Amino acid sequence: MRLPVVELDQVQRVFPGTPPVEALKPADLVIYEGDYVAIVGPSGSGKSTLLHLLGLLDQPTSGTYKLDGIDVSGLSEAERAGVRGRRIGFVFQSFHLLAHRTTVENVMLAELYRKGKPKDRRNRAVAALEQVGLGHRLDAFPTTLSGGERQRVAVARALTGEPSLLLADEPTGNLDSKTTGSVMELFDDLHRDGLTIATITHDSDVSARAQRRIRIQDGQLSEPDSESRAEEAALAGSRVNTGPAS
Amino acid sequence: MKPKKSHLSIRDLLSEAAIALTARPGRTLLTAMGTVLGVAALVATLGLAKTAGSQIVSRFNELEATRVLIRPDNRNTGRQDDNQVSLLPWDAGDRLQRLNGVNGAGTKSRVSVNDLIRSVPEADGRNEYQLSVIAVSPGTFEAVRAELLTGRFFDEGHSEGKEPVVMLGLGAARRLNVTRVDNQPAIFIGDVPVAVIGIISDVAREPDLLNAVIVSDGFAREQFGLQAPEEVHVDVDLGAAQLIGTQAPVALAPNEPERLRVSVPSSPRRARSGVESDVNALFLILGGVSLLVGAIGIMNVTLVSVLERRGEIGLRRALGASRSHIASQFLFESAALGALAGVIGTALGVLTVVGVSARQQWTPVIDPWLLLAAPAVGALIGLLAGTYPAWKASATEPIAALRST
Repeated sequence: MRLPVVELDQVQRVFPGTPPVEALKPADLVIYEGDYVAIVGPSGSGKSTLLHLLGLLDQPTSGTYKLDGIDVSGLSEAERAGVRGRRIGFVFQSFHLLAHRTTVENVMLAELYRKGKPKDRRNRAVAALEQVGLGHRLDAFPTTLSGGERQRVAVARALTGEPSLLLADEPTGNLDSKTTGSVMELFDDLHRDGLTIATITHDSDVSARAQRRIRIQDGQLSEPDSESRAEEAALAGSRVNTGPAS
Repeated sequence: MKPKKSHLSIRDLLSEAAIALTARPGRTLLTAMGTVLGVAALVATLGLAKTAGSQIVSRFNELEATRVLIRPDNRNTGRQDDNQVSLLPWDAGDRLQRLNGVNGAGTKSRVSVNDLIRSVPEADGRNEYQLSVIAVSPGTFEAVRAELLTGRFFDEGHSEGKEPVVMLGLGAARRLNVTRVDNQPAIFIGDVPVAVIGIISDVAREPDLLNAVIVSDGFAREQFGLQAPEEVHVDVDLGAAQLIGTQAPVALAPNEPERLRVSVPSSPRRARSGVESDVNALFLILGGVSLLVGAIGIMNVTLVSVLERRGEIGLRRALGASRSHIASQFLFESAALGALAGVIGTALGVLTVVGVSARQQWTPVIDPWLLLAAPAVGALIGLLAGTYPAWKASATEPIAALRST
């Protein structure tokens, strides 16, 4: 039986104001270990709100959110930061690599807010870069990398420290179709290795690769093909069990 | 189960600050410039004041500090001749000797003798010389710290008895070819025969004695019509000069002490504080103002950089940084910038002190604590200047920051 990574129970987010905006209507969502979920929806629908709630960058107005079984609703700011740093890897549309640092230094940032020796950090960063196929560009600066390479560096950074959940926000939004393909293949590989992935996208090619699609419209969460969910979950579970990394 | 809090070690904090400052070195230096100048101005000001102050102290020497000289003040009076007679008593030396702190005191007066001095044993054919004649009281030898080469000093008995005995300074003795005094050789002041009873090899003060024929007060009054002592020399204990300077006129001329002019060494402490307050006030203000300007400069640039680095701030939050980690990172950066500015400013300040000292041929003197305090002041400036930007940075919403490109 796969364990749930994300459990949302009647999670609601209301932004204060006159009138208050209900960005996310009370929603239930469970994402299991090894799931590959695409969150789709028009702009302004509440996609980002959901992503920030999932990424602990924002707090729900009501409801409970359990990540890896930990109720994160009641945590202090520093504790949430700790959970975020250890259990969630982020990939952003605009990569967010620091321009004055080399590839490997950028990846090493992932463990800055944790205890650990610099040498170990470097070793893990190198391993992550090799995993995304950039073992030969360790000391390159981001400005000399192509868009696809930059996003691979960002993915390597997100993978360092073995997060429970990879959260991607329009990961291919700044890429052309060719590099989009290569990054998506990387995501497929990671999914095959058993990584839990949630990605926001409005690219249908990207969402088609995901095993689950969650639609959000006017703050209302729905899973159109949830009838096939059990079947798919069983399939994905078997993949995890027989996959190379398991 | 309590989740682990995120963590940021001091070493990582330092290395992050170092990377941030070295990423754009030109900008870092320009940002630091105001603080550099402020610290340099403060260090140079304090260093130069200290250096100048120490100069006066090093000029202060023991010999000068223990010397008191008293003369009648005839600058503001038209009746100088008759007054002079009454002002300085012949027993001035004895009177001052009684004061606590006086080692020796005596009078000294030039005696006008138009005749040449003649020696009896003819040396190289010439035996007449133009030498000055000086009348002293016995205490004067102590007051000028005279050293005897041979023979003896004359005493009160010689003076009171108006005896025709003299002493010779070493130079005068050589001229007159007097080398031994055990047989009390005679020389002539004009036509007056006198016996040489001693030769002075050296004096600490009043070197004109070394080239003079020295007679006693009593003999000078009797033989050459000396009217009154010209000046009174006093050798005092170290530190007693100021006190003796106030007491001596009263002891010498109780009725009109204000008419005596006393030369005492200037108090070194007073000279020093005078120099410091002169130099310091303006330049300390200037230094303070440039520090303030420097702090505002750091604050402005750090604020701009907080806006520029919104994406980085958002990323760091996503990577597990808490608000306080973000704040401490920016605080550390600006404090490190301030400390860097402080170090450079201190170096410039020290160079200024050394340069000025070299030009003035002074010995540069700088308080060691200044070299430690100045970079610390720089760091403090940086810390204060970074407070507001750091707060702004920590208040940055990661969501908005990550969405901006």
